[in-house]
Amino acid sequence: MELLSGADMIARFLKDEGVERIYGYPGGAALHIYDALFRQDSVQHILVRHEQAATHAADGYARASGKPGVVLVTSGPGATNAVTGIATAYMDSIPMVVLCGQVASHLIGEDAFQETDIVGVTRPVVKHSFSIRHPSEIPEVLKKAFYLAATGRPGPVVVDIPKDMTAPTERYEYVYPKKVKIRSYNPVTRGHSGQIKKAVDMMLKARRPVFYTGGGIVTGRASEALTDLVQRLGFPITTTLMGIGGYPQGDRQSLGWLGMHGSYEANMAMHHADLIVAIGARFDDRVTNNTSKFCPTAKIVHVDIDPSSISKTVRADVPIVGAAGSVIDEMISLVQGREPANPEALGEWWKSIDGWRSEREGKLYEPSKPGEALKPQEVIEAVYRATRGEAFVTTDVGQHQMFAAQYYKFAKPNRFITSGGLGTMGFGFPAAMGIKLSYPQDDVVCFTGEGSFQMMMQELSTCKQFDVGVKIVNLNNQSLGMVRQWQDLNYKSRHAHSYMESLPDFAKLIEAYGFTAIKVTTIDELAPALERAFADTNELVFLDIYVDPFEHVYPMQVPLGSMRDMLLSKTERT
Amino acid sequence: MRHIISILLENEPGALSRVVGLFSQRNFNIETLNVAPTEDPSLSRLTVTTVGDDRVIEQITKHLNKLIDVVKLVDLTEGNHIERELMLVKVKALGAARDEVKRTADIFRAQIVDVTPSVYTVQITGDAGKLDAFIQAMAPIGILEVARTGVSGIARGDKLLTL
Ligand SMILES: Cc1ncc(C[n+]2csc(CCOP(=O)(O)OP(=O)(O)O)c2C)c(N)n1
Ligand SMILES: [Mg+2]
Repeated sequence: MELLSGADMIARFLKDEGVERIYGYPGGAALHIYDALFRQDSVQHILVRHEQAATHAADGYARASGKPGVVLVTSGPGATNAVTGIATAYMDSIPMVVLCGQVASHLIGEDAFQETDIVGVTRPVVKHSFSIRHPSEIPEVLKKAFYLAATGRPGPVVVDIPKDMTAPTERYEYVYPKKVKIRSYNPVTRGHSGQIKKAVDMMLKARRPVFYTGGGIVTGRASEALTDLVQRLGFPITTTLMGIGGYPQGDRQSLGWLGMHGSYEANMAMHHADLIVAIGARFDDRVTNNTSKFCPTAKIVHVDIDPSSISKTVRADVPIVGAAGSVIDEMISLVQGREPANPEALGEWWKSIDGWRSEREGKLYEPSKPGEALKPQEVIEAVYRATRGEAFVTTDVGQHQMFAAQYYKFAKPNRFITSGGLGTMGFGFPAAMGIKLSYPQDDVVCFTGEGSFQMMMQELSTCKQFDVGVKIVNLNNQSLGMVRQWQDLNYKSRHAHSYMESLPDFAKLIEAYGFTAIKVTTIDELAPALERAFADTNELVFLDIYVDPFEHVYPMQVPLGSMRDMLLSKTERT
Repeated sequence: MRHIISILLENEPGALSRVVGLFSQRNFNIETLNVAPTEDPSLSRLTVTTVGDDRVIEQITKHLNKLIDVVKLVDLTEGNHIERELMLVKVKALGAARDEVKRTADIFRAQIVDVTPSVYTVQITGDAGKLDAFIQAMAPIGILEVARTGVSGIARGDKLLTL
């Protein structure tokens, strides 16, 4: 039997749970825990420069690895600074455990110094939360927190730890709980066999089917099974922004991603389909556009691990509650040895799809002419080539995010890392940092905008301290481009606060931290800059790339329209 | 339609706020809410009445089920059930009204549980409709104060809401 203080239990538990790295920032209520971390060397602590960055770094790691990211912050402002990152993880179902210091139990409720009811504040944006009430419960509560964060539909879990729970003077028995049981929590994995059979029969009879898959494929590690199923059936597939990489994008059956800025062919195929097989996607409003005009001729099969995602916005004809991987495996076994019943209809369907494809080929954007400002799209394509499509890519939020998703092609899951649900500017850089620390051999590229980058640029200091060699590609359009685009389209180009006056000289700023920065303003500067930037995987390089401030992201669905109602450029619409 | 949802909830701090928070967060409505411990000290029973079409009720029950603190729930309105609410009403009872209050209380099988020279306190149980009717009947005489517990309910017959 081992007697440990609450603080030592936390450090010890993290080690026993297999956590190699946590992200955090110290403060009064967390100091016992920090002291425990100091006295061990199994768990590395990464000192960020803002608690929000700790959550995004942990989140980036979680998205790349599939394992829970771990955050440690102090009470009050430390915890409230983490809220945006917790909400970001919640919206995208990312496993995360956030340990928050809290004022000592006897002070709770007294508006003590740095007291915040963080369990209350975060309640709507966590999967669950715990408050420690006795040091002896720490191992079990932490085990429950990790279990909840990572199983079922994953999500962030907050653990509130009053300072007296970690006092070094009080020691209790520590045993690492190998297993926990929560009586009210039994996530379903296997889908209902009858429903799956019904779905497969519909799939085989379909004339104009399309797969629509989401983040559930990525978090559910189901992309291999999905690829197998889709290729057996020969159906087209489109993914959500969160599902990118769940099916190899270079494949002929891939229509790219769908929704507000999705590809023309994906949105057209959805609109005209007679069967939509949705797996691990949630019919988000950025996907469906106007639900009353959504896919008027389609029957809908909806597979999701979270029953509340099914028939939430769009009614499913065949609802299946289950884990993506298990349901897909069952579908594969039912498809085996059978052929689609309407091969001619499918052939016609592919003809329509190829028609939509060729309609837009070569018209997606106009590359810059010599002497003109670079187009953001061509920059993404160049980075794609420079990294052979193999990098981990994180983004911030805005036009650059959409361009990155459109022009960097992903063959694998867990590679495109973006804040889809909450759309959190500031996410990209710390997320890249979290990934790079765990994947030192890989190129990690953060596509950002000058607006977003300035929300988390203090993390340059963290990168300096821990030698984190991420590549930051700043698509500098000198404006809050996405906001400006909406103002162009909906507010007669009245650019209320969407331009960035007084931009810093990014090169100097980066150099102040001892890193390399390259400013790029013309097309002929781009290739050498990329070559320099990717010469050494472990060197942080910042590319400040001036791009056309007037460029818009297209296609763009027309508000209140159907899937197929799209603006295709500044002058064309469907 | 009005639904009565009964929930077995972990008797943990913060559990109730998660349930209530869910309703406001997702724009679901709560008509009444009633919560108390059960014979099992680790569980509370919470009953909520809410109004919504089938789609909304489906979402409410699914989201409630997702809460880790919710151990089990039942929509009582889906089957035969008994619905009860208790109400205490203070009414003005002066002169002729004293008899009138007594008579009306008798008709509703309500009891007068406290008396002063000018006020009767009446206790009544029943479903929400009966309590509403009683308030209407008393209104002309002069209602001074109303305290209702909110609806509680249980399924008829052998059906149980237990672990
Ligand atoms: C924290 C936060 N605040 C505001 C917004 C709203 N918003 C969405 S995109 C955008 C502009 C982003 O500008 P920039 O990072 O320069 O990217 P660009 O669109 O120019 O590529 C804003 C303000 C947001 N998504 N997140
Ligand atoms: Mg910008």
